[in-house]
Amino acid sequence: MNDFFTVVTAILVLYMFVCLYRAIAGPTLADRLVAVNLIGTKTVVALSLIAFIFDQSMYIDTAIVYALLNFIVTIAVARYLETGGLPSA
Amino acid sequence: MPNLDLFGIIKLALIYICAIMGLFFFLVGVFGLVRLPDVYCRLHAGTKCDTLGLGGILFALAIYEGFSGDGFKMVTLIFLNMILSSVCGHAIARAAYRVGIMPWRKRYETTYSREGLADADS
Repeated sequence: MNDFFTVVTAILVLYMFVCLYRAIAGPTLADRLVAVNLIGTKTVVALSLIAFIFDQSMYIDTAIVYALLNFIVTIAVARYLETGGLPSA
Repeated sequence: MPNLDLFGIIKLALIYICAIMGLFFFLVGVFGLVRLPDVYCRLHAGTKCDTLGLGGILFALAIYEGFSGDGFKMVTLIFLNMILSSVCGHAIARAAYRVGIMPWRKRYETTYSREGLADADS
């Protein structure tokens, strides 16, 4: 079963590189933000798979924290794109 | 393979089916992110397919783990991502609309600009 999880993780890393094309070549900031959000989601899944491959249950907590950080990064950059800076209030 | 009775075979098949379904939906999301023409279309493809792909692979891991703390964390992460990913998509789409990115239309594929859209609408 560990070999199957390793193959799934390798395919996810391949998908991340394909998403990185859109993060580099996106015409606007919103395209790059979508691509970074998708790479973050795939990173959460890859961290959970790595936790089961190496039998380290600590990485699952890292995956949960990474999901929350991905959310905060996306909200902050979308807010920056919308208002052009920090909110005044 | 520790035990290959009927329950073990069903569990193993369910793990493979859920993980391969998750990989398929991730592939669809990445394909839409690269190939679709607009930020709204890319958001539409990426966010939904990512939610379903993460749900599939993490549900496979939860079945593999069984009823324990780690399996409960996997199910928690699935429902957490269902909330957070939709909020992220809404924030990106609202910011892109308010900053003035026009939605893509098929008629203006050759001359894609805001002025062309304004002339056609009037």
